[in-house]
Amino acid sequence: MALPHDPDPRLAEYAHPEKLVTTAWLAEHLDDPDLVVVESDEDILLYETGHIPGAVKVDWHTELNDQVTRDYLDAERFAQLMRAKGIGRDHTVIFYGDKSNWWAAYALWVFSLFGHPDLRLLDGGRAKWEAEGRPMTTDAPQRPQTDYPVVERDDARIRAYREDVLAHLGKPLIDVRSPDEYTGKLLHMANYPQEGALRGGHIPGARNVPWARAANDDGTFKSRAELEQLYRGEAGLAESDDVVVYCRIGERSSHTWFALTHLLGFERVRNYDGSWTEWGNAVRLPIERDLEPEA
Amino acid sequence: MTTDAGTLPPALAEIVEDFASSPPRDRLEMLLEYSQSLPSLPERYAAHPERLEPVPECQSPLFVATELDEERRVHLFVDAPAESPTTRGFAGIFHAGLDGLPAGDVLAVPGDVTSRMALAEVVSPLRLRGASALLGRVQRQVRDLLAGQ
Repeated sequence: MALPHDPDPRLAEYAHPEKLVTTAWLAEHLDDPDLVVVESDEDILLYETGHIPGAVKVDWHTELNDQVTRDYLDAERFAQLMRAKGIGRDHTVIFYGDKSNWWAAYALWVFSLFGHPDLRLLDGGRAKWEAEGRPMTTDAPQRPQTDYPVVERDDARIRAYREDVLAHLGKPLIDVRSPDEYTGKLLHMANYPQEGALRGGHIPGARNVPWARAANDDGTFKSRAELEQLYRGEAGLAESDDVVVYCRIGERSSHTWFALTHLLGFERVRNYDGSWTEWGNAVRLPIERDLEPEA
Repeated sequence: MTTDAGTLPPALAEIVEDFASSPPRDRLEMLLEYSQSLPSLPERYAAHPERLEPVPECQSPLFVATELDEERRVHLFVDAPAESPTTRGFAGIFHAGLDGLPAGDVLAVPGDVTSRMALAEVVSPLRLRGASALLGRVQRQVRDLLAGQ
């Protein structure tokens, strides 16, 4: 049984307020048997240093990705993962994590590929929960296995492949990387490892809206009005647009996908998870660079 | 996987062997313990973080300084935030395995030592890249210190 929505008035202004919960709401519902809390972080050991009581860990890299082919789990293995984690198809799943929920949003997006009915993000993520002095524990959660069904992954709705992006050129594209990655000055985020892109720049026609602009300093999402200003105003998107978002491997853009789809109500937003680590390496794909010639 | 422990200093060889012979689940737990055992910075670095060199190849902020004592033994000082336990864990391993060793022994550590710990499958190869980068920085700093003597 899905849980009732968080009625917090701060969330009510969003297009789909049921996709977010506040820390106060989660604290109140933590013991509800119909709810599972999932932590997804950039740092694979952060969960082990302490997590929300009862939360299970899902690691994007070692658990949600196929370890051979660059792709996500197939239906059978996703079902196995859910059963082992004690997540049932009827459970309300609340994601939270480090870095303003960047990886939590990514995990939520991957779960969305399998059409899990009730997926929500904890607004503000791990940092806000901790800053408020709410309980953390290192106790391992005890969850019984479930009988999660095998449900085919449906990529077409919210995932774009490189062929889709080629066919999409000329329509709205949002590059959520840092300005230096977008212009081609850097091949990776500042202070992050170079993940092996051979060319710098962006997909032709893409607008640059760094993902973190959708988040406040405390990790919560910006208000509806601020998000409207950012994506409709600055980036010129309209609700009826067919939009593709991308970054480096599709994680930061999951955060933007969430904001556009669930907070602003855009109906056709796809995340291109191949992103720059595919596009910047592929032979003969068109690239735009905005670098000023060196003076 | 073969572990050519002959070229590794004994303390580091033992750590590598411990990791390689443990089940994957335990390797994460061991890495967490190393993250907790990383000593905090002495005052001369804590008060002057600019004396530490950043290691940008790590996913999380990591800073390192190296000193040689009168006997040309290497002393490592590493700083990484508590919310980056994986990075701290790599730093803890190198601290436990290299601190106090003669400079020549530190320079002789092969660059692939991180891949011998069988950590790639539990933390992902990408996250492991920062560990190799840390070793590379330490060795370069040691070479610079020797050259400056």
